[in-house]
Amino acid sequence: MKKLIEPKSFSAGLWKENPIFFLMLGLCPLLAVSSSLKDAIGMGVAFIFVLTGSNITVSIIRKVVPSHIRIPVFIVVIATFVTIADYSLAAYLPKLHRNLGVYLPLMVVNCIILGRAEAFASKNNLINSALDGLGMGIGFTLAIIIIAFLRELPGQGTLLGINILGENYKPFLIMIMPPGAFFVIGFLIALKNSIGGRKKC
Amino acid sequence: MLNEMNLGLIFLSAFIINNILLIRFLGLCSFIGISTNLKSSAGMGIAVVFVTVMACSISWAVYQYLLIPFHLEYLRTATFILTIASFVQFEEILIRKKVPALYKAFGIYLPLITTNCAILASAFLGIDYKFSFIQNLVFAFGISSGYCFVIVLFASIRERIDTSPIPSSFRGIPIAFIIAGLMSLAFLGFKGLFKL
Repeated sequence: MKKLIEPKSFSAGLWKENPIFFLMLGLCPLLAVSSSLKDAIGMGVAFIFVLTGSNITVSIIRKVVPSHIRIPVFIVVIATFVTIADYSLAAYLPKLHRNLGVYLPLMVVNCIILGRAEAFASKNNLINSALDGLGMGIGFTLAIIIIAFLRELPGQGTLLGINILGENYKPFLIMIMPPGAFFVIGFLIALKNSIGGRKKC
Repeated sequence: MLNEMNLGLIFLSAFIINNILLIRFLGLCSFIGISTNLKSSAGMGIAVVFVTVMACSISWAVYQYLLIPFHLEYLRTATFILTIASFVQFEEILIRKKVPALYKAFGIYLPLITTNCAILASAFLGIDYKFSFIQNLVFAFGISSGYCFVIVLFASIRERIDTSPIPSSFRGIPIAFIIAGLMSLAFLGFKGLFKL
């Protein structure tokens, strides 16, 4: 019997089971919207909202849903939260919404969200599922912020649109273009491998 | 504007200039996951071409003739994912019954495609660009053949890389990302081909 509240379900997502660096899931939005720190934070917040919301809902309905149709039901739940996030951003932050573009509705097929619904929320109680969603969401946001920081600073010499490196800095443009994203994540994973010992694939 | 362009340009733009994998970063999970082997990458690529073209046509029709007349555009996300998922299921059953040889060739890749974001993305992008049916068809074909082309190239490179001396911390996934970055760099060169 599991305890009602397990703090571990929150902390696991932050580093030990970080969805990006350890599970290698949900890479698409991570690479696509990390060219500026502002967009990355917006994406992260939307992601936390959708993941926590869907985890809570799935956990509430987990005993009612017959197991052979659970995946379509989970997808509809996720799609609902994605639509809420999509339309709220379009109404209140239209500029961010335009920058995130097609990657926002595409959260619906993000492997992390469906993966957590299936692997965690459908088996655990409400509070643990909410904590897990928050933890995983924050883990994702941290990863995307690290990558955006490493791309925006050399790529534009700015952070959050504020000039950091001075007027004379010649931007290393490739970092904010698509190849930069691949290089940054490649080097980050290599760094993680050399620190923590290679994970067996 | 993209929706006034002729079909050839739409195809080229989707195929190479805005390549779905290297420039738009979609469908990366399967890209990194499957491309360790040339044969399975080719299988996945062809299955993606097949499903994308069909699924995009269906979701385009659903959007234009069902969602717009009833003012249900906000249900787009939920409708498209369900359309694609049920279509893939239907197609799987159909192929298994009618063309068993093809079913064997596609194998596990057909069901996996449901969660491939490249397909959902081409359905969304086709709507966002306000394409006509034919344009949408060409666009979907361009995107998916771009996927197929790049995943086959990438798998061939990765097969060679496996036998090369690489620093141990780069082995496996990190070096795959570096290769993808270099390929993306090469694809960026096509950007000046014509103005979007």
